[in-house]
Amino acid sequence: MSGKRSTFLISALVFGFAFLYVPILLVIVYSFNEGKLVTVWAGFSTKWYVSLFNNDGMIDAAWNSLRIGVMSATLALALGTPAGLVMSRFGRFKGRTLFSGMIAAPLVMPEVITGLSLLLLFVTLEQLIGWPAGRGLSTITIAHTTFCAAYVAVVVQSRLSGMDISVEEAAMDLGAKPGKIFFVITLPMILPALMAGWLLSFTLSLDDLVIASFVAGPGSTTLPMKVFSSVRLGVSPEINALATLIILAVSILIVIASILILRSERLRNRAANGGAEAT
Amino acid sequence: MPEAVLDRAHEDVHKTQPWNNPDAVPYIRFENVTKKFGDFYAVDDVSLDIYRHELFALLGGSGCGKTTLLRMLAGFEEPTSGKIFIDGVDMAGVPAYERPTNMMFQSYALFPHMSVEQNVAFGLVQDGVSRAEIKEQVADMLALVQMTKFAKRKPHQLSGGQRQRVALARSLVKRPKVLLLDEPLGALDKKLREQTQFELVNIQEKVGTTFVMVTHDQEEAMTMASRIAVMNEGVINQIGTPFELYEYPNSRYTANFLGQVNLIEGVLVDDDEKYAVIKSDEANCDIYIDHAVQGHEGMTFWVALRPERLRLTKDAPEDTKYNCLSGKVEEIGYLGGISTYHVRLETGKRIKVTEPNSTRQIEPRYTWEDSVWVSWEAGAASVLNK
Repeated sequence: MSGKRSTFLISALVFGFAFLYVPILLVIVYSFNEGKLVTVWAGFSTKWYVSLFNNDGMIDAAWNSLRIGVMSATLALALGTPAGLVMSRFGRFKGRTLFSGMIAAPLVMPEVITGLSLLLLFVTLEQLIGWPAGRGLSTITIAHTTFCAAYVAVVVQSRLSGMDISVEEAAMDLGAKPGKIFFVITLPMILPALMAGWLLSFTLSLDDLVIASFVAGPGSTTLPMKVFSSVRLGVSPEINALATLIILAVSILIVIASILILRSERLRNRAANGGAEAT
Repeated sequence: MPEAVLDRAHEDVHKTQPWNNPDAVPYIRFENVTKKFGDFYAVDDVSLDIYRHELFALLGGSGCGKTTLLRMLAGFEEPTSGKIFIDGVDMAGVPAYERPTNMMFQSYALFPHMSVEQNVAFGLVQDGVSRAEIKEQVADMLALVQMTKFAKRKPHQLSGGQRQRVALARSLVKRPKVLLLDEPLGALDKKLREQTQFELVNIQEKVGTTFVMVTHDQEEAMTMASRIAVMNEGVINQIGTPFELYEYPNSRYTANFLGQVNLIEGVLVDDDEKYAVIKSDEANCDIYIDHAVQGHEGMTFWVALRPERLRLTKDAPEDTKYNCLSGKVEEIGYLGGISTYHVRLETGKRIKVTEPNSTRQIEPRYTWEDSVWVSWEAGAASVLNK
């Protein structure tokens, strides 16, 4: 009986994972293809990786994407952390639901709308105060910061809500003022969540095509934009090599972020359950 | 007795029981303190004096306002109205980080990213105490709570009892005027709790700090506290020593909350200067009280009888006119040291009786459906009017 059930479960598992990962596997396999045709296997080679690194346009775009990712993830952290703090620590106030709804809205807003509205904003601002002068890396960074900050806020909020508030009260009781409590007690305790939020933001920024296309200017082509435009001219095996590298990088970041979140969770549980393992 | 000896006796009483000394100045004073959350009165017009060196317990069920009272003392909540004084200073507007109080939290609230040593040192660091002095005081404190060995450990590497000690050390290291304890032993298991109760009292005697403790556990309060305030629905029901509260409860709530009690509702029928008689539909005899009762004939009263003060016999007592109920044994609980019996009277009322098993019996003294008599001394009953 159990054998029958497990056969079914195993095939469901295999099918599910195949559905998700066979396309990605194909990309990785074909990135090592000798031939120029993307869909015909002609033997093993790493020449597309070499030619990728010699492709200046690609490298420039990757460099742009990395800079934008680091900048917007950092800015998102600076903006999203206070927002998460307010949502979990301010108690009830008038308009709280509206406020938290507005923070989460960029997460579900269609990217086309976010991109378009930001483009309108930048153009209007340029006409009114002359800043930002044209569109480029800085406008993309600002645009990415808006939706990344929302992710950070949500991550920080959920971490803070799970935290025992009496720890902060204890610090105040022992003579620490509220500002100091944040830096000495709260911040170290939510550090794993902050790191996870940063990595998540970085990944999201690296991945974005739609919003970046709206607010980009000359000389600020990001990697996804570059890939998208070159695919329209015909898929080159170079793209497969690039995709493989991106998959690798993103997987590593996601694994690190998950480990950070898991570890902080486990620490918290251990702290809550008493030291059963202590001697 | 010579007068000098009497005076000294008075002095001693005034020292150990400052609440009985009309000249004693309270160390902590709540003056008509009210705290409202929305429309809900968490604390309702409470006035309370606590004296220096006391170990005072606020006792009550959940939601009775005891924790709110404690948090107002710590400065985490401001009273809606009324005043709080500590050592003569009005605490209105004084933030928690400037109050001469420290608190031990129910969850202990240790800083998870700091070692035991750093946790204990935290309060002193905030005050800008010199490094050498911090080291010395932290070492003293850890020695006091016997945690010196664990100074370098993180909180998650400690057992529940060890964390409790660290939390105590951390809250005592600044030598607060008042130490507040929120369910200090609530997170420990029963055996450890009993042992820790006495340790905590010993430490309190050693450091001499005034302790104010919140608990829902009547046994804990009675073991540890010099005085107890029994709270219910935001109001203090009764304040007294454990002895006073148990022997002379002022209400059914207090009588029920501290220990076990049989309550018999009845009407005062005979009211004299020396005695009183209460007639009850629930009891199949009249109840004779050996002291006068505040009230008039026809008033409703509740007679409170502690189960251990009742006598259980198979034969009728000599005098069956007063204080002598008859019924059948309905339930028996054998607990080793004592046995509890539930006796069902003919009126349907159930009376609980406990008897010590002071000698070894070959067979249980009573069994189910035995006809028995329940009697008691006239002085054993308390008469309650609310």
